[in-house]
Amino acid sequence: MTAFPFSIRRVALCLSAVVPAMGFGLMAAAAPSAVAPREVAIKGFAFVPQVIMVKPGAVVTWTNADEDPHTVVANDKSFHSAALDTDDKYSFTFTKPGEYAYFCSLHPHMTGKIIVKG
Amino acid sequence: MDHDLIDPPGAGLNRRGMLMRCAGWAGTAALYTMTAGVASSISLDAALAANGYGGRTKPFTFLQISDTHIGFDKAANPNARGTALQAVEKIKALPQKPDLIIHTGDITHLSKDEQFDDARQILSELGAPIFYVPGEHDFLDEGQGKAFLAHHGQGTIGTGWYSFDHDGVHFVALNNVANLKPGGMAHLGDDQLAWLSKDLAGLASSTPVVVFGHIPLWTVYEQWGWGTDDSAQALALLQRFGSVTVLNGYIHQIIQKVEGNVTFHSARSTAYPQPAPGAAPSPGPLKVPAEQLPHMLGIRTAHFMRGTQPIALIDQSLS
Repeated sequence: MTAFPFSIRRVALCLSAVVPAMGFGLMAAAAPSAVAPREVAIKGFAFVPQVIMVKPGAVVTWTNADEDPHTVVANDKSFHSAALDTDDKYSFTFTKPGEYAYFCSLHPHMTGKIIVKG
Repeated sequence: MDHDLIDPPGAGLNRRGMLMRCAGWAGTAALYTMTAGVASSISLDAALAANGYGGRTKPFTFLQISDTHIGFDKAANPNARGTALQAVEKIKALPQKPDLIIHTGDITHLSKDEQFDDARQILSELGAPIFYVPGEHDFLDEGQGKAFLAHHGQGTIGTGWYSFDHDGVHFVALNNVANLKPGGMAHLGDDQLAWLSKDLAGLASSTPVVVFGHIPLWTVYEQWGWGTDDSAQALALLQRFGSVTVLNGYIHQIIQKVEGNVTFHSARSTAYPQPAPGAAPSPGPLKVPAEQLPHMLGIRTAHFMRGTQPIALIDQSLS
């Protein structure tokens, strides 16, 4: 009984040593990976970058850097965030290929697009 | 501010002089004076040239407060609650008590119930009925306006529009922050425009009309979305009236425009200033030195003088 937890700890130790290295390798070797997460900043009343291309399955995360709240709302309403105050984040996983136009429903002149391409 | 209104005719007051005077006040509130019942050719110029209290009946004043943004605590003003309280004190100290107050939106910063409650408590000290329209900050809850309507929607139509009459003046409250479309500006929508058409239909063209909403009903700066994309339809309905005064908030600064018998006025915020159109990379809150801030926040008083000429507006800063 005493040996069991010990062995688990050893496994955990092994993993903690190996996993970061694996993660590092993946990022270095496969930067355009299908599932690489992508970031969009909301700053200066704009989505930056305004248009990004991702692979199916990618998670896109928006972060509001403005002092004003903003939202992320698909033109076709297929996804939408709550109001994002300063530093709030919103993530959405794009599984199907296509073009997803979106805007800020509070400041509708702010528009952006996610292009999902296999 | 009474002294502005009792200037005799020919005293050299003209609109430009008045605007400069307004700018000098650098303030927080807007006061409107209305002179009702005059048929044609009522304009701000005429109002300013008119003989102050020569009307047949008692003149009245109303007050505009805007963009209180209760809950805002960012660098541009860490104490928006405090400056709202200053505005309240300023209003309470006015020599002429306003008959009514209009709040042109962004009551709260984030549409939270506690922010609506706090704003109500702060403004309840004013001792005059307050008529609200929502700003986009009052419409960003998950229910897209449910919170605002729960607090201020009683007796309103649709997403919160309504009208009322006071001493011969017809007041129209519009909501142009609901259901905004991608790539566009503010929007009234067909339902509201249809209602407006019916609402105005029975009025004599001599009726002075005050329209108030959050976002400007004229295009101030399209690149920043500072305008209302279907405002032309609303203005077409207002065209036959001799005196139309359109009051808004949203852009946190005084900008005015005259178009025929329609005058447009945006008001200062009590919370924080915003840059002049195109004067900054974005329209976000403008950070100014702390000692400068009270000069850029304000209220507005309007004087209405029946039987003479229409509305005169006076903007006052918080300091």
